[in-house]
Amino acid sequence: MDNNTIVALKDIVVDFDGEAVLTGLSLDIHDKEFVTLLGPSGCGKTTTLRVIGGFLEPKSGSVFFNGKDITRLPPYKRQVNTVFQKYALFPHLNVYENVAFGLRLRKVEEKELKARVLEMLELVGLRGFERRDPTTLSGGQQQRVAIARALVNHPKVLLLDEPLGALDLKLRKEMQTELKRIQQSLDITFIYVTHDQEEALTMSDTVVVMNGGYIQQIGSPVDIYNEPQNAFVADFIGESNILSGVMERDFSVEFAGRQFTCVDKGFAPRALVDVVVRPEDIQVVPAIQGQLSGVVKSVIFKGVHYEILVEQAGTEWKIHSTQAQQPGEIIGMNIGPDEIHIMHKMEDQAR
Amino acid sequence: MKLKSKACAAPYLVWMVAFIVAPLLMVIYFAFTDKNGKFTLDNLSGLSQYAPVFVRSILLAAIATVICLVLAYPLSFMLSRLRANKQRIMLMLVMLPMWMNFLLRTYAWMTLLERNGLINKFFGLFGLGPFNMINTQGAVVLGMVYNYLPYMILPLYTIMVKIDDSLIEAAEDLGAGLFHKVTKVLLPLSLPGITTGITMVFVPSISTFIISRMLGGGSNLLIGDLIELQFLGNSYNYNLGSAMSLVLMVLVLLCMSLTNMMDSESKEGGVL
Repeated sequence: MDNNTIVALKDIVVDFDGEAVLTGLSLDIHDKEFVTLLGPSGCGKTTTLRVIGGFLEPKSGSVFFNGKDITRLPPYKRQVNTVFQKYALFPHLNVYENVAFGLRLRKVEEKELKARVLEMLELVGLRGFERRDPTTLSGGQQQRVAIARALVNHPKVLLLDEPLGALDLKLRKEMQTELKRIQQSLDITFIYVTHDQEEALTMSDTVVVMNGGYIQQIGSPVDIYNEPQNAFVADFIGESNILSGVMERDFSVEFAGRQFTCVDKGFAPRALVDVVVRPEDIQVVPAIQGQLSGVVKSVIFKGVHYEILVEQAGTEWKIHSTQAQQPGEIIGMNIGPDEIHIMHKMEDQAR
Repeated sequence: MKLKSKACAAPYLVWMVAFIVAPLLMVIYFAFTDKNGKFTLDNLSGLSQYAPVFVRSILLAAIATVICLVLAYPLSFMLSRLRANKQRIMLMLVMLPMWMNFLLRTYAWMTLLERNGLINKFFGLFGLGPFNMINTQGAVVLGMVYNYLPYMILPLYTIMVKIDDSLIEAAEDLGAGLFHKVTKVLLPLSLPGITTGITMVFVPSISTFIISRMLGGGSNLLIGDLIELQFLGNSYNYNLGSAMSLVLMVLVLLCMSLTNMMDSESKEGGVL
């Protein structure tokens, strides 16, 4: 825990009816960062968020806020606010009163309260909606109210639980930019939970990839994408071809029935490894020029690129290419040393 | 083919006219006439001597309603937060007494509360009592609470299962402790259930006659008992009985509009 850490989790254990959800999770979250907990459903990301928010008391382990242990502190005494998955706006209050809820509880003086509520509604682009009933608003507008309601309390940390999950694609993209803008203009910490890897890469300063209750990798979006630490991360972030291979020696790996040059070293001789190759990193060449060759199974137009499935000696490869190929054609594939990512075989953490 | 929704109400309309509107008009007619069918206000003006009975009825019914609300509210909340299968079992337990005959239930309380009933015998073992429990106003209230409690629990439970956990968590997140979670979120959101529950307990309580006769003895008559006397008792006077029913109805309507006013006022309370 360095002094830039605002929230720290230490050895958090949570189980529901004896089923382990988090088994000793530790995580430091830096101040003023946009941190995303990313993983498939059931990976423990929402549970982690609820532990930070105080809605779930861990079976063991500690939660620190600015260095102080807040593990037993109830939610209403924590300096964090939450944007809930289903917005959770109070249906008996109008937009203004929803946003003012937290300030009224803290007995903020009426004039200041009004200024702060209106300022927040301005920030989320809902000026003029004060008297509206939240149930008459669209999903995107309700989400904005929920964000304003949380932010008006000036929390040090804002927790967001898949807040854009219910919105359509276009609105989701807009809100992603919007959230990033809000986070930067207020200069506070956002802890964001999502299962959408693209969302995570777009908005985050730091991405925490989780699976099966464990943290798989922590890093910047660029690191996570370019240097996945294991096959799970590689597979979950973007698309990947994952093959089993054997590390011959430093800078040399064997997979798909052939030896390749790579940039990795330091593995035990003849160590079993996972080899990850991104679909966009495979070069399509005439069959005789390729390191590997295979038969084109299918070609699907994806907008920017074509997704080509190739069968090569029992392995199916996914290739992204701007050039279409003919199904049934035999093509060659080249993979440069930089494009081969080698990682240790996943052990018990694999699911 | 389009279903005409208005036509669906026709069977009930016939029922309503025959068995609700017509008798109501007859009650009004009898209340304002004497035995010879001549218009008179004597029936109504004569009611003033029964004022204590009316007051007692309202008071006992109100007390019973408040006790039911206090008992049922936390219980209903607890029920609504249980897992679905446990909810079903618990609801059945709440309804269980209702499957037994109303008279039987009240008779059971008689034998329990009697001077040499079970409860006094139990206290007698410790050299206490005997306590005077039967034929008191307390026994009447007890009978009302016992019989009508499920009618308070059910509407409260029905509305509370619809209140999402995340709303309560949101309130807590925004700084609400237990008190504010209840007063600022739970109460306003469950208000329709509260008014329904109050109606469903208060109305049968204020017009009951069996409970008061069996548990209240002769000295704690309620309006219901008075009305019964006018139709079945020695004093046979259906004009007076009709006048009493009419006043009772007006009283109930007044009480109900009061609760409903409380309901709608709180909805406007949230406005800027």
